Amino acid sequence: MREQNQVKAHLEKYIVTYLFIALSVLFIVTSGMDINYVASQLLLRLNRNAFIVLALIIPIIAGMGINFAITIGAMAAQIGLLLTINWGVTGVAGILLAAAITLPLGAFFGFLIGKLLNKMKGQETIGSLILGYFANGAYQLLFLFIFGSIIPLNSNVTIVGASGVQNTLNLTGSVGLYTAIDGIAHIPFLLAMYIFCGALALASIIQFARKKITVKRMIGSLIVAAVIAGVFSVPQIAAYVNGAHGRELKLPLVTWLLILGLCLFNSTIMRTRLGQKFRAVGQNQTVANASGINVDRTRVIAIMISTVLAGWGQILFMQSEGIGTFQTYAAHEQVGLYAGAAILVGGASIDRATNLQALVGTFLFHSLFITAQSAASAMFGNSAVGEYFRAFLSYGVIAVALIMYAWRSAKQKKAGQMNLNEQRSAKS
Amino acid sequence: MASEYILEMNHITKVYGSNAVLKDVSLKIRPGEIHALLGENGAGKSTLMNVLFGMPVIHSTGGFEGEVIFDGQKVNIASPMDAMSKGIGMVHQEFMLIPGFSVTDNIKLNREITKAWPISRLLGKDLEFLDTDSMARDARKALDDVGMSVEEYTMVSGLPIGHMQFIEIAREIDKTGMKLLVFDEPTAVLTESEAQQLLGVMKSIAEKGIAIIFITHRLDEVMTAADSVTILRDGQLVSSFDKAETSPEKLAALMIGRGSDGVIQVEKRQEEVTGSIAMSIRDLWVNMPGEVDKGITLDVREGEILGIGGLAGQGKIGIPNGIMGLYEAAGDVEFFGQKLPLGNADAVLRAGLAMVSEDRRGVGLLLDQSIENNIAFTAMQVKGDFMKGFLHQKDTRAIRRYAEKMIKELDIRCTSPAQPVGTLSGGNQQKVCVARALALNPKFLFVSEPTRGIDIGAKQLVLETLVRLNREQGMTIVMVSSELQELRSICDRIAIVAEGKVVDILKVDASDTAFGLAMSGVKSKEGEEA
Repeated sequence: MREQNQVKAHLEKYIVTYLFIALSVLFIVTSGMDINYVASQLLLRLNRNAFIVLALIIPIIAGMGINFAITIGAMAAQIGLLLTINWGVTGVAGILLAAAITLPLGAFFGFLIGKLLNKMKGQETIGSLILGYFANGAYQLLFLFIFGSIIPLNSNVTIVGASGVQNTLNLTGSVGLYTAIDGIAHIPFLLAMYIFCGALALASIIQFARKKITVKRMIGSLIVAAVIAGVFSVPQIAAYVNGAHGRELKLPLVTWLLILGLCLFNSTIMRTRLGQKFRAVGQNQTVANASGINVDRTRVIAIMISTVLAGWGQILFMQSEGIGTFQTYAAHEQVGLYAGAAILVGGASIDRATNLQALVGTFLFHSLFITAQSAASAMFGNSAVGEYFRAFLSYGVIAVALIMYAWRSAKQKKAGQMNLNEQRSAKS
Repeated sequence: MASEYILEMNHITKVYGSNAVLKDVSLKIRPGEIHALLGENGAGKSTLMNVLFGMPVIHSTGGFEGEVIFDGQKVNIASPMDAMSKGIGMVHQEFMLIPGFSVTDNIKLNREITKAWPISRLLGKDLEFLDTDSMARDARKALDDVGMSVEEYTMVSGLPIGHMQFIEIAREIDKTGMKLLVFDEPTAVLTESEAQQLLGVMKSIAEKGIAIIFITHRLDEVMTAADSVTILRDGQLVSSFDKAETSPEKLAALMIGRGSDGVIQVEKRQEEVTGSIAMSIRDLWVNMPGEVDKGITLDVREGEILGIGGLAGQGKIGIPNGIMGLYEAAGDVEFFGQKLPLGNADAVLRAGLAMVSEDRRGVGLLLDQSIENNIAFTAMQVKGDFMKGFLHQKDTRAIRRYAEKMIKELDIRCTSPAQPVGTLSGGNQQKVCVARALALNPKFLFVSEPTRGIDIGAKQLVLETLVRLNREQGMTIVMVSSELQELRSICDRIAIVAEGKVVDILKVDASDTAFGLAMSGVKSKEGEEA
């Protein structure tokens, strides 16, 4: 009975995730796309997007919902990239310069966003979404009018014969920012998987030896590691991964070190005093305040970190393989939406999120993204349907997550009320 | 030089606007003493504690007069954090715990033990790692001190309510340099055996030299645990003495006292009301936050004015709200022999009940709407009154006529029936509420805290109106009020509610002792047979 309840609770919690797994399988099968191609596309999209999605975790834990205002972090990054291109700094140095410009800008914008969200407690998710749209206007003013006329720019980035920044900015060729990070080194996917499994096994044994985790958890982790290693050792699968039937799957090493570094950052900060403040504020502002935590300041810090990280994520996205150019006035628009949808697909909710959920969510969300078009043309004979389906998916997932959250709160409230009759019958 | 007292509050006077809530109150507590602070609601207990903790509400309203001497030094406590750092702690009545945190995390909240590392040296203490082992050790020790066997890594959310109270205490005594602890109604949510355990814990804390201020309404606990007692009434110090000099009866009488001012003179009914039972309430449970009822059993006779009194938060306000369907309720309520459906406001109104809510601005009135619309609204919705024609349009003329009649009868001071009620004074708003309830032609009227926040003249008029309705139209009235004097002036009988149950039903001329005892949950000999 109790186990049944647990299974039910688990299903309720991860229903969106399971739905996406089922849909992904269905789409991959019906689209008739080559598995090797799907896998390589998927890895590409993971490289690009994982960092931004991971940037959402801290505000969620601090009780501020999904920070759709990471869009503004992306704008900060684009300002950084524009200036870098303008000054002609290339390669890793260029990326570092853009990141350095993003840091103070993102922190400042994050500070303002945090201040504003503190004035609308309980509405942060919607508030940050609208804030993102609002900032778009300011961004256009900056790029169309202020850059070029007030802040002088080189002619290679401005609109010919007018002020304002070009509609499209190019990172390739002589600009020298394209794949500046991705291209440093690659590691075969198969090797990466083996290293990952080895590291997981080693970490769980060390943690167990230091009595940080139970035997059960250690054995669980070891089994997971063994299964993953086992799966990739199957010759047929290994052949697919190695590119015997197409191209070899590879991971950009530095990008992934950065992504893993961010995972480590997220989990490390939760073990500090600041992390404890994030959690306390997220769970109950009144109690946090009563114990002397500066609630508003803590929330502002959470948003500042998130905004800067999202900006850096946007830089990684722009330089990644297969991008190379960006729409000056539109590239940031969907950042918050797609990242928010991805983390929700991974099983996160408005009030809890983990690194794993962010990564799994990015994986699942983009596996649908890649296959939607072909699957739609296979099923409906019209590839445009797939395009609509993508938009439907992203907004739909967010709507479902918001509804599920409201529904769960209502259910908890109801559970509290049922108590009354139980109490009464227990006493009489 | 160490003084005899750890805390001296001398001649404290606090005025809100023109209303003095504390008048020359003094309080002295020795180290290691358990000092009980008694008083009815509004007696000034919370204001005195707010002064002690330097709450913003005190400073933002002009501060207070008098001096506070803590640990031998005259102090100026600027904020609750300041009080905490001086060694004054509070065990809250509503739990200040985070359910998703472990017991340790809660005990150590914002006082975490941390370890520095290179980055934290660079960027500040906020980035230091939590030293979970040391934290767990400290928490374990504090839990042992309060006699709790619960594991320190358990989540608070799954724990029984009684345990949470002890975790609160463990958190306070874990703080170093704690010299004075305030317990605000700590036993309110505990079972009897837990309450006994808690009193034991208080005594063992006191033995370590920490002074305790014990706010409670349970006189038996005062007699068991306290060394000395201070009683406040209407913001004044009534008495302060050692426990040995007193008895529960004496405490009860002192707590109630008979105020002289503000009593409305109403002609008393000569004979007892012996009508049939209008409403019989059996085992009523109401889930109203802060006013929970746990098994109310009460009979209301036709034609009487029944008062329901008791301290705030004990559940007296839950009774009308539960029966009228505003909060979730369970139990059996019969109205003139007919079973009332609970949780269905519409059906209850149709059955001929009406209520004047204590929450005038929230539940009672549509503040932007005119007086006449407010008066007619419920009657239109429930009974279809003030309608005309077969399309059921609003009969504005009938509404105006009725509103003008009520304005005259109840003496509602306004410019016209079309004036929005939001612009009226509190007393006049209350009269509109009464008028609206009357528009339903009820057989039975609940009036909840009718005189809260209105001036004395309006108070008198509201109470006189209730008496007139009762005498002239034979309307049965149940009036819930925190002001015992008010109940005593117009009611026929008074039921006292404590901890969600009717403790006693008393005649209006019963002794102060009987009322005082009933409010702390003890039935006296003077009450009706159960």
